[in-house]
Amino acid sequence: MTAADAEVAAGHAILVRDLTVAFDRQPAVHHLTGTFPAGSLTAIIGPNGAGKSTLLKTIVGLLRPVEGEVVLSPPGDIAYLPQQIEVDRNFPISVLDAVLFGFWRRIGWSRGVTAAMRREAEAALAAVGLGGFERRSVGSLSVGQFQRALFARIIVQDAPVILLDEPFAAVDSATISDLLAIIAGWHAQGRTVLAVLHDLHQVEGHFPEALLLARECIAWGPVETVLTRDNLRRVRQVLDPWATDAMLARSHS
Amino acid sequence: MTHLAGALFGPFLEFAFMRRALVASLALAIGCGPVGTLLILRRMSLMGDALSHAVLPGAAIGYLVAGLSLYAMSIGGAIAGLAVALLSGVVSRATTLREDASFAGFYLTSLALGVLIVSTYGSSIDLLTVLFGSILAVDDASLILVASIETASLLVLALIYRPLVMECFDPAFVRSVGGRGGAVHTVFLALVVVNLVAGFQALGTLMSVGLMMLPAAAARFWAREVWTLSLLSTAIAFASSYVGLLLSYHANLPSGPAIILTASVCYIASLLAGRRDSVRTRHLVRSHIHA
Repeated sequence: MTAADAEVAAGHAILVRDLTVAFDRQPAVHHLTGTFPAGSLTAIIGPNGAGKSTLLKTIVGLLRPVEGEVVLSPPGDIAYLPQQIEVDRNFPISVLDAVLFGFWRRIGWSRGVTAAMRREAEAALAAVGLGGFERRSVGSLSVGQFQRALFARIIVQDAPVILLDEPFAAVDSATISDLLAIIAGWHAQGRTVLAVLHDLHQVEGHFPEALLLARECIAWGPVETVLTRDNLRRVRQVLDPWATDAMLARSHS
Repeated sequence: MTHLAGALFGPFLEFAFMRRALVASLALAIGCGPVGTLLILRRMSLMGDALSHAVLPGAAIGYLVAGLSLYAMSIGGAIAGLAVALLSGVVSRATTLREDASFAGFYLTSLALGVLIVSTYGSSIDLLTVLFGSILAVDDASLILVASIETASLLVLALIYRPLVMECFDPAFVRSVGGRGGAVHTVFLALVVVNLVAGFQALGTLMSVGLMMLPAAAARFWAREVWTLSLLSTAIAFASSYVGLLLSYHANLPSGPAIILTASVCYIASLLAGRRDSVRTRHLVRSHIHA
């Protein structure tokens, strides 16, 4: 990670211009404009169906906008953590091999994995607390351990921009605090990090910036200006009141 | 002892057609092992079945044009199978119909067309040959064809192996790093078709998928990495072929079903007694390791 540090520190911003993404003409993200500044650490929050995952998928290029655009400036690699339900957790593959996939951009279809890459992957596994798990099968890991392994893959990817889609869903609290520390480390290295989250206390405690989304942008900026009672109430006017009540309840507890 | 050895190896020493059948099934096992394994891992087990039906009209047209020529029937079958695979892919991308549903639509059309062609222009014996094959009738030319197809299949699989495995495990990640999952998927479907075509003189269009799926399903209860799964399903497929051929020789049974049923026995035995997630490990072994 040392050699890449200088490059990462230069920073990559994500510019979102009038972005609309729709499924079957139903907009999931509606006229969103703004910037994730280089080196920022942003939590993306909002009720279910607010377009949070859709926004990440559009940034990484899995979905195409119907209007507007997303620009990575300067262009660079993006490391993307899909929601766990999208990954086959019982796939017969060793933990080490799953992490080595993070080298895809360097190894491609046919180049070999070098001893140095293997050491890097082992170091990444140690960093996420999975040292000694290399030969274990991915299917034998708990939800929390599996998420640690995917974080190791992100470490190996060594990308200047990191997108995390619900990284803590169904994950135990010990794992969450370890992974939050890793995210803080990425932030310290100058990487631009976006994470879709649900727990507003995690957001307040660990994320300097936040984007409150309800298809359209409700608030975007420093976390204390975003997580206000008024903003959370405005979400209710735009989207399903039930989902928003649950969110307000969480912010009170 | 010599009696036993005679029963186990005699037929192959004595008859060239038995040797050719054994070599053909070795070639098939080598190709089908990894392809079947990956089909199961991609949750596409029944797609293999659908494609095996889809091959029929092409084989029938090949038969009409050139008679009982394995090359003509293979080329026809491959074209029909690839057409169904590609069309289904296009339809599922262009419409909201999921890929398995569009597969069903096309393969049923293809199968009906095939049966129509064979029953209108051929005799029912031809239909039986196309549907069930006859591994004991494999000659040198078809042996070379099967071996070439399986060699090519292995080489192509080696080429797409890494993105294919990666895409089974985490498709969103593959797309996020620009891994061209769609192209890999299409090439893989082509490999499935080609392997089914290779199997069809030996086992027929309906049975050839059995040699692909049953050993792979059985291996799932023993091995825990993609490459060990592939090796094991190849071994099971070949062992089933050997035992099935012996059974068909000694008990005078049709060879295709004897081979597939032997593979079925392996599958059921693995399901019951396998090392991983079998009935035995889930329900019978109560004690756990005490540290």
